[in-house]
Amino acid sequence: MAVPKEKLSWMYETMYRIRRFEERLLEETAKGNAMGVAHTSDGEEAGPTGICAHLTDTDWISSTHRGHGHCIAKGLDTKGMMAEIFGRATGLCKGKGGSMHIADFSKGMLGANAIVGAGIPLAVGAAFTAKYKQTGGVAVAFFGDGATNQGVFHESVNLASVFKLPVIFACENNHYAQSTSVEYAVPVKDIADRATSYAIPGVVVDGMDALAVYEAAGEAIARARAGEGPTLLEMKTYRYHGHFHADIPHTYRHQEEEDIWRAKDPIPHFEKTVGEQGLMEDAEFKAIRDAIETEIEEAVQFAIDSPMPDPSELYTDVYVNYSNPLQGLR
Amino acid sequence: MTTASRNPLGPGTEVPGREERYRDAFQRTLRDELNRDENVYIIGEDVAGGPGREDQGIIDSWGGPFAATKGLIQDFGARRIVDTPISEAGFLGAAIGSALTGLRPVVDLMYFDFIGVAFDQIVSNASKSRYMFGGQTKIPLTMFARSGGGTGHAAQHSSNFYSILAHLPGIKVVVPSDPYSVRGLLAAAIRDDDPVMVCNHKKLINLTGFVPDEEYTIELGKGRLTRVGTDVTLVGMSWTTEVCNNAADRLKEEGISAEVVDLLSLSPLDEEIFLNSVAKTNKVVIVDEDSPRASMASEVAAVIAEKAFDSLDAPIKRVTGPHTPVPYSRDLENLFLPDEEDVIATTKKLLGA
Repeated sequence: MAVPKEKLSWMYETMYRIRRFEERLLEETAKGNAMGVAHTSDGEEAGPTGICAHLTDTDWISSTHRGHGHCIAKGLDTKGMMAEIFGRATGLCKGKGGSMHIADFSKGMLGANAIVGAGIPLAVGAAFTAKYKQTGGVAVAFFGDGATNQGVFHESVNLASVFKLPVIFACENNHYAQSTSVEYAVPVKDIADRATSYAIPGVVVDGMDALAVYEAAGEAIARARAGEGPTLLEMKTYRYHGHFHADIPHTYRHQEEEDIWRAKDPIPHFEKTVGEQGLMEDAEFKAIRDAIETEIEEAVQFAIDSPMPDPSELYTDVYVNYSNPLQGLR
Repeated sequence: MTTASRNPLGPGTEVPGREERYRDAFQRTLRDELNRDENVYIIGEDVAGGPGREDQGIIDSWGGPFAATKGLIQDFGARRIVDTPISEAGFLGAAIGSALTGLRPVVDLMYFDFIGVAFDQIVSNASKSRYMFGGQTKIPLTMFARSGGGTGHAAQHSSNFYSILAHLPGIKVVVPSDPYSVRGLLAAAIRDDDPVMVCNHKKLINLTGFVPDEEYTIELGKGRLTRVGTDVTLVGMSWTTEVCNNAADRLKEEGISAEVVDLLSLSPLDEEIFLNSVAKTNKVVIVDEDSPRASMASEVAAVIAEKAFDSLDAPIKRVTGPHTPVPYSRDLENLFLPDEEDVIATTKKLLGA
C-alpha cells in the first residue's frame, strides 16, 4: 500500500510524540508533578499510529488504562493531556479524570477506560450510532491481551458481528496482563484466532511496524466502511516499561526478552524503512524530533503553570440536571 | 375511549383521559417518544421477539416479558426496535456508547435482578463518564426492568434492590406506582440527558388506572401525596404506594387519618415532601419491599432523623421485606412481602391505637 508523503511524516511525528510524552511523564511522575498512577505505552507506538492514520475526527475510538498513545494518535492536544495528568483545571477533563480517563469528544475520543475491557462495548455503541445515522464513520476499540479474557470482550465482538457494525477490535498484545503472561492466560496461539468464533476476520500484524499496521488496518477499516462488519486485529507488541510507573518488570520477565523487543523498536525501524526507500530524509526526521522536544517541554511547562481546579468543581458534572443535589454530609 | 375523569395530581381539575392498564400506558409512551425523536431506539433481549430481523421475515413479536414492546417492530422496524443476543453487559455497554455519540437508547434489562449481569457498565461507564470526562458528554440513557415479588418468579427474578442504583452518583432511579405515573416518568426519563432506571413492579403491570390523553412528564425528583392526612405519614414507593393507599383507606374507617407520600423518584429524592408531611403528622412509617439493610427505607429514615428529629413524637418505623432473598412458595413469598396488614399493625402500634 502506497502511503502518501504527508501521512508518513504524520506517522513518524505521532510515534515520536507518544514516545517522548511517555518518557517525560515517567520523569515527571518520579518528581511528583504527575499525581496518581501512570501506565505508559512506549514501545507500542506503531499500533495506534498505524490505525489512527486512517481516521478522522468523526470516527471514534475507545481506549484503556494505557491510553496516552491512543489519545495522541487520535489528535488530542499534549498540553491538555499533560495538564490533565498533573490534575490541573486546564486538563482535557478539567483535572477530574487523570491519566486513566483522558477523553476528548471533539476529536472522537470516547475516553480512556480503567476497567479492563469496559471500553470495548462503547466503541461498538459508537459504531451502532454510525450505522444508525449513516455517518460513514467507524469506531476502533483498543484493548490489551488481558481484556480478551473478559466476558464483555466476547459479548461485544459477538454483538458487532451479529449487527455487522463498522468497528475494529484492535488488540495490542503486549504479552503481559499486569505481570501475567499471555502464554499463561490465553490458550489459543494467537488472540486473532478468537475471531473465528464470531465469524469475522482475525488478523495478526507486527505491532512494532507502523507501516504493516497501517496496511492491515486500512483493509479492516475499508471493510467496515463498506458495511461488511468488524475485524479483530491483533498487534504483537511490547511495553518497554512496567505495568505502571513503579512496577519493575524484571520480577516477571527477562532482560533477554526485553532486548529482543527493543531491537525491533518501531521508531528506528520506521526511519530505516522509509529512509531506504528515499521517502524521507534524515533532516526531516530530525526536524520532527526537535519540534516534538519543544512541544513536550511546553506541555510540561503549561501543566506546571496551570491552576488547580476550583473546589466547586468537586460537585459539578455529575448530572446534566439534578434537583436538590447532595453536597455531602459533614 | 376518552372519558372526562379525575386529575391524578389532585382533586378539582378534570382532564380528558382514559382508564388504561399500566403496561398499555407504558407502551403508549414508548410509541410517543419513538415518534417524537428519531434518535430514540429500543434495545434488549426479545424486545422485537424471536424473528426480529427483517430479513428473516417478521412473524409476530413477543415483546419481552409482559409484552412491554409487543407490536413495536411492526410499526418502527428493526432499525429502532433492536433485538440482541443474551449479553447484558455487551448491549448495555453498546447502548451507553451510542448515548455518548448522539442517540437516546431505551434499554430493556428484562428483570431487575439482571442489572447484576450488566453492573460494571452501569457503575463504571453510565454513572461516571460525565464526571470523569469533566462534563464533556451527556448520557441520555433510559433503562427499564421488571422488579418486585408476588408473582412466583422466585429469588432471581423478584428483587427490588433499587437502593444499589440510587446510591450511585450519576444515575437516576424512578419508581412509578400507577399507570398515570409510569407515563409521566417514562417520558421524562427518555427526554432526560442523564442515565435513568425505570422500575416497573410486576404487580403494577396489569393494574388499571386513569391516564390523561395528553402528553405530559412528571419531573424527576418530585414525589406526590396520594392520600392527605394528619395522624401519621406513610411513605411508599412503587408497589408499596398501593399498599400504603389501601392501608390508609382502611385506617380511615377506624378513624385514623394517614397521609401517603409516594416517592416516585428515589434519586433525585424529594426530601421536602416527606419532611413537610412528618412536620405535620409527627409520625412516620416507611414501607419498602426491599430488604431493610442499607435500603431506601433506611435512607428516608436517616433523612428524617437528621432533618426532622424535633418533629417526631415517636420512633421512625420501617416496614420492609426480611433480610432474605425472595422465596418461591406462595405462602413464604406472601410472608416476605410487606402488605397492608403489616402497615396497619405497625401504624396502630405506633399510634398506641
